[in-house]
Amino acid sequence: MLEVRDLQVGYGAITALHGISLRVEKGSIATLIGANGAGKSTMLRAISGLIPARSGSVLFEGRELLGQPAHEIVALGLAHSPEGRMVFANLSVEENLRMGAYLRKDGAGIAKDRDYVFDMFPRLKERRAQTAGTLSGGEQQMLAIGRALMSRPRCLMLDEPSLGIAPMLVATIFEKIVEINRELGLTILLVEQNANLALEVSQRGYVIETGRIILEDECKALRDNPQVRESYLGGH
Amino acid sequence: MEKLMNNGGSNGAKRWLLLGLVLVAVVSAFSGMINRYYLGVLVEAGVNVTLAVSLNLINGYTGQFSLGHGGFMAVGAYLAAKLTLLFGPALPPALQPVLFAGALLCGGMGAALAGLLVGVPSLRLRGDYLAVVTLAFGEIIRVVFQNSPAFGAATGLSGIAPWTNFFWSWSVALVTVYVVLALVHSTYGRGFLAVNDDEIAASAMGINPVRYKVTAFVVGAFFAGVAGGLFAHLKRAINPEGFNFMRSIDVVVMVILGGMGNTAGVVVAAVLLTLLPELLRGFSEYRMIVYSLLIITLMLLRPQGLFGRSSKGGRL
Ligand SMILES: Nc1ncnc2c1ncn2[C@@H]1O[C@H](COP(=O)(O)OP(=O)(O)OP(=O)(O)O)[C@@H](O)[C@H]1O
Ligand SMILES: [Mg+2]
Repeated sequence: MLEVRDLQVGYGAITALHGISLRVEKGSIATLIGANGAGKSTMLRAISGLIPARSGSVLFEGRELLGQPAHEIVALGLAHSPEGRMVFANLSVEENLRMGAYLRKDGAGIAKDRDYVFDMFPRLKERRAQTAGTLSGGEQQMLAIGRALMSRPRCLMLDEPSLGIAPMLVATIFEKIVEINRELGLTILLVEQNANLALEVSQRGYVIETGRIILEDECKALRDNPQVRESYLGGH
Repeated sequence: MEKLMNNGGSNGAKRWLLLGLVLVAVVSAFSGMINRYYLGVLVEAGVNVTLAVSLNLINGYTGQFSLGHGGFMAVGAYLAAKLTLLFGPALPPALQPVLFAGALLCGGMGAALAGLLVGVPSLRLRGDYLAVVTLAFGEIIRVVFQNSPAFGAATGLSGIAPWTNFFWSWSVALVTVYVVLALVHSTYGRGFLAVNDDEIAASAMGINPVRYKVTAFVVGAFFAGVAGGLFAHLKRAINPEGFNFMRSIDVVVMVILGGMGNTAGVVVAAVLLTLLPELLRGFSEYRMIVYSLLIITLMLLRPQGLFGRSSKGGRL
């Protein structure tokens, strides 16, 4: 579904990704874990065209994405929910969702998907007319995920959906991620600091360290890997 | 176009447009009864509303910072005036309104083209940098006219037909308000606000920020150009000095005072700032000082603008 080959990305003189390769199988959840500054967000941004890559290749359903502008990549069916939520602060909840469906023309389908998002996050439904900038952090995260779903993607990339969110809500959000994956058959690439949960819900896992993939395996195996336990699972 | 209009917000705008046009027609019919001097001030207020509301699309809704409105206005003023000077005298009076409308439109389109040229650097620049570039661009336009004998060089053009009346000035103002509101309240137009809020997130939604920024410049410049044409046919003589950067700053002040991204506020501010210097004539030579003090006071009392920067990007 999504295949990254030898991707190199830099910011000016800094090289943030030194040739990264990974695959996300259709219908699966893959996860990328790593410390702060390892290059996780950089990878997602390069895949979705928000920043340019130096070299390598990103194939989505067999099509090369590198070199295409971000807004055209969304049109191909790959959605990105960026780190730090980034909802449109001055638009209402409902307008934010509508912007997620910006490229779609099917009014009825859009309304149906909006209701699906509202069913999934009833909190958003209650606050549909509220200005997004005044939502709590957790609500904004729900909105960011919902908004990304509104483009009806076949593959969804989520950048730290648990960032800054209370543990109770984190569990809910992860449940929803699994639900999206099962019910909609959506392929998901998940970037997380919360390695515990991420490795639990995903099938394939990758560990990134200073711009390089240092480990990759089935998530079950990764959870038992001493190195992963030591560095990312808090030693238990 | 359908996509532009299929939004509840534009229904409100349509009502306002209708109401406004009726009002304009009524006032026009009775304009003979209004003191000529005050009428002139009102006509000028309409021109300023067009200028401020169109700049608000660029600076308020799309969150860019343009100081180029004086330049766009100059393009429209010169083109429209040149056209009516060339073709006006030979024309039977019945066709004059047609020529005037055509000249205003040409002026608007010339300005829109200039807007396209400035919009392109806006893709890479923001904030203060963009302000400097647009300022410089406006000055270049002015200097070009200053050195073109065809446009009267430093003396400018005079003997322009006095065709701008209450009807023309306020009809154009109303259409500008309508177009800007219909635009930003449409599903397509919510993109302007999205780009303003967060460009990266907007791209991630499939919105092309470049297109929106350039569109804002082109549409904004178009109406500034039309306003320039009205201005020329109101003042009857134009020269390059009349379009220097102070002109742009006047319009920026109207937008800031009215509240960025708040069309109703900007309309009120444009009218108020046109009337104010006239109302202050009693202060004679201290007039401009009182005027400036009033603006400073207003900004201190209401830093968000008269009506505030509406959190919804201007619900009207
Ligand atoms: N715009 C930028 N300009 C320069 N350097 C950047 C930029 N964005 C990121 N970097 C650098 O690239 C490296 C990778 O950053 P990235 O945001 O991808 O990390 P991350 O793995 O997502 O970290 P976190 O978990 O903290 O979000 C870091 O060293 C960061 O400082
Ligand atoms: Mg990150």
